[in-house]
Amino acid sequence: MPDFEIKDVFRETRVFTSRSIVIGVLLMLLMAILLTRLFYLQVVEYDRYNTLSKNNRISVVPKAPVRGLIFDRNGIPLARNVPSYTLEVVPDQVRDMDALLDELGKLVKLTEYDLKLFRRDIKRHAKFDTIVLRSQLTDEEAARFAVNRYRFEGVELRARLERNYPLKESGAHAVGYVGRISTRDLEKIDKTLYRGIDFLGKTGIESFYEDILRGESGFDHIETNAHGRVVRTISNTPSVPGKNIYLTIDSELQLIAEQALGDYRGSVVAIKPSTGEILAFASTPSYDPNAFVFGISNADYSALRDSPDTPLLNRALRGRYAPGSTIKPFMGMVGLKLKQSPAKKVYCPGFYTLSKGGRRFRCWKHSGHGSVDLHDSVVQSCDVYFYDLAHHLGIDAMHDSLSQFGFGSKTGIDLNGESAALLPSRQWKRAARDQPWYPGETVIAGIGQGYVLATPLQLASATSALANQGVRMKPHLLMAEEDTVSNEKNVNKPVMLNSGEWNADDLSIIIQAMVDVTDSPRGTARRIGAGSPYKIAAKTGTAQVIGIKQNERYIESEVAPRHRDHALFVAFAPAEKPDIAVAVIAENGGHGGSTAGPIAHKVMDYYLLGKQPAKEADPS
Amino acid sequence: MTEQKKFSIDWALMTGLLTLSAISLFVLYSAGDQNTDLLIRQSIRITLAFVVMLVVARVTPEQLLRWTPYIYSIGILLLVIVLGAGVIGKGAQRWIDIGFVRFQPAEMMKLAVPMMVAWVMVKKPLPASLPTVILGFIVVAIPAFLVIKQPDLGTAILIAASGLVVIFFAGMSWRIIAVLAGLLAAAAPLGWYLIRDYQRQRILTLFDPWSDPLGAGYHTIQSAIAVGSGGMYGKGWLNGSQSQLDFIPERSTDFIFAVFSEEFGFIGSMILLLAYLFVIGRSLYIAIEAKDSYTRLLCGSLAVTFAIYVFVNIGMVTGILPIVGVPLPLISYGGTSMVSLMAGFGILMSAYSNRWFMH
Repeated sequence: MPDFEIKDVFRETRVFTSRSIVIGVLLMLLMAILLTRLFYLQVVEYDRYNTLSKNNRISVVPKAPVRGLIFDRNGIPLARNVPSYTLEVVPDQVRDMDALLDELGKLVKLTEYDLKLFRRDIKRHAKFDTIVLRSQLTDEEAARFAVNRYRFEGVELRARLERNYPLKESGAHAVGYVGRISTRDLEKIDKTLYRGIDFLGKTGIESFYEDILRGESGFDHIETNAHGRVVRTISNTPSVPGKNIYLTIDSELQLIAEQALGDYRGSVVAIKPSTGEILAFASTPSYDPNAFVFGISNADYSALRDSPDTPLLNRALRGRYAPGSTIKPFMGMVGLKLKQSPAKKVYCPGFYTLSKGGRRFRCWKHSGHGSVDLHDSVVQSCDVYFYDLAHHLGIDAMHDSLSQFGFGSKTGIDLNGESAALLPSRQWKRAARDQPWYPGETVIAGIGQGYVLATPLQLASATSALANQGVRMKPHLLMAEEDTVSNEKNVNKPVMLNSGEWNADDLSIIIQAMVDVTDSPRGTARRIGAGSPYKIAAKTGTAQVIGIKQNERYIESEVAPRHRDHALFVAFAPAEKPDIAVAVIAENGGHGGSTAGPIAHKVMDYYLLGKQPAKEADPS
Repeated sequence: MTEQKKFSIDWALMTGLLTLSAISLFVLYSAGDQNTDLLIRQSIRITLAFVVMLVVARVTPEQLLRWTPYIYSIGILLLVIVLGAGVIGKGAQRWIDIGFVRFQPAEMMKLAVPMMVAWVMVKKPLPASLPTVILGFIVVAIPAFLVIKQPDLGTAILIAASGLVVIFFAGMSWRIIAVLAGLLAAAAPLGWYLIRDYQRQRILTLFDPWSDPLGAGYHTIQSAIAVGSGGMYGKGWLNGSQSQLDFIPERSTDFIFAVFSEEFGFIGSMILLLAYLFVIGRSLYIAIEAKDSYTRLLCGSLAVTFAIYVFVNIGMVTGILPIVGVPLPLISYGGTSMVSLMAGFGILMSAYSNRWFMH
């Protein structure tokens, strides 16, 4: 570097070294200052700061917001908050936990289960966290503790709002329930949104609309005394309550649907065809959601989980059933769309074969229906006609057209965990089973057997599409959300799923046939139509649970109850201007017309006429 | 062997840095609610920072000297751009977004300023004469002014300090130092009126935090309680009630020392300070061993700046300095400052590889 002056390297080094010594001394001084300060805080003043920390006088306490309520479409509460007392313990402030629990046990009832949960929670939390020991104290217990409170350092009696479901089992599968935030939940949620909140929606509407119902936490700056008890609130940021939710469900109708199902395992889904509003969403047997709020005991939970009646299964949403003959009106629509004449006649000798002397696919009527056209075969539910139709259409054409009614895909209802059930195709079988498709499988798919599966929700949604000029609306449970502060209501707008481009003439042919199911002397549900002041378009269905061998006959009384056929029924009414579409499934109910039909009838009668179902005559 | 090929790692310094990084992950696990995501992100940053260090360590002091004016000019240009964008965007602006990475020019100046001042100083023989010192002050003042305008007073002071340390090392005469100190003392009352309200508040709070325990004094009080209640041996890892119960604000970033000190006590804090002292001492040693004046001045400044960070942060947490947003180097959660710090250590590594007696 030529432009640099000649340097005295040793002088420069000396300058730097001497300055480094000065700097070194300064740095040691700074470190000494820090160490002195630390020594002062941590050793000299330790007692003072330790006391301050133990009873940190000022603390920020998150305040849980009030969770939004859930109402039915008429404002009847389905989920509400009721005040309840809880006993809470800060283990860090307790000297002898066993002695304390013994003493407390004399004042309030502490079950083995309470104590087990409490000890588990102590292990899971830091020792200065507040842990719930007992919830739902009776007024008497609360009073007894309040009087003796001075004896229990570190124990606090608190009034909390507890979630309560006044209708209990009714509608439980739609409304769902809240439960304590579990370790697994903690991994999924944004913890900052749950400061001070112990519960979250676990299933149903409670889970799906968690973000709307939850609200926002607030904060209290509080001053506590030496025992950790609150002396006063210094300042606070109020919490924002969650929004109330109005469901499309009519809780009266819901109850009637559930009672109509009676002891059957099964489901009823009722939809308003023009909007997709779910009017009833029944799944029986049901369970009491209140049991889950404070944690259900293992024994109770196992009983629910392991019951052969599977009460925890949401049959309406996740039950996969062979649709049986209820698929026939939809098959009829597909046939008409693909240019099969409604006048075409098929001869039904009581069975169908693909080749002479081949396997016989039987019609439910062993003597045969004789020569039938499309209308007759829907009214009388002739299987042979639809075997033939399916064979001519082919499975892939059936798949493409039936899927426009929503078979084989989720409807997109506002609930988590919906099943798409199954609408088979060649491609599906290749992918899922790695097997070719056999022509015989197409034949039985034509009457809704074989691989075809549908959920009650899908059946109701497809039926309401028939009722709504082929336009399928998205089924939904949310009618409106209501801001609890401004009382402003935000109404949920209906969403169209697809119009399917069904021909209006074709629709009226099928609907007329469905009306004659209840309204003609040969209809399979003529008993339901008799005397009805409004016209009902319907289709019965009976789905096999077990396979019947070629040369055997199905005799109901000889089959084990769990192997009896499922009874199905789809309907909408009034046929001219439909206001309600219903799908009913009664597991092992036998015949659709005699078991499932009357259930749907009661639901429609109440909804359209306000008629309470007649009480079953008491034999005694 | 040509000079470019010379590259070796100073394992003493490396051990110090790795120790601090390991401590960082340990404390962060406790400070961040035992969140493993946080740990993973911090580990990625630490790895990245070490890669940057090793890359910079391969640059020879000669190359660095040659590039110095360009790096400094680019830095000034970026500061002007950021400031201009801030004026147009009507808000504080500190970042430049170059697609895949956001980058803070002020962070770059923490290295560029001492480099440029050292470059100016070694133009003439040392000790630095008055004209050289004045030139050095100008080199410091321009970026400091631009950063104050951002506005980021804390960073501006740290940048200025890193440059002034170089001038001090260059042998600026004690007479000039005395005059400057006198001027500073005289200007202090004036400064009181120039700083902003919130800054004044922070200084007042330092003297009497209990005057506003929930407002301005909250940070100071809560972190002092955390540190003090740690006592001699600490409350144990994950057991600091102050830290775990949310009393300490920003506990994984600027106030992480409060968490450390509460959980590991006076003994732990002393060990941490010793680890820092070791890194600082080793850096000064490398500076003294450096083969030319430019490298010596630069390395000396880097060592001292690192020490200032440690002092300012711990001073702030223990309540002897006002609250300024300075992270605890290599321990606090966060990326930008770590990368520039480790680039600085890369320069030190390079100085070590090309040290005096290797000639």
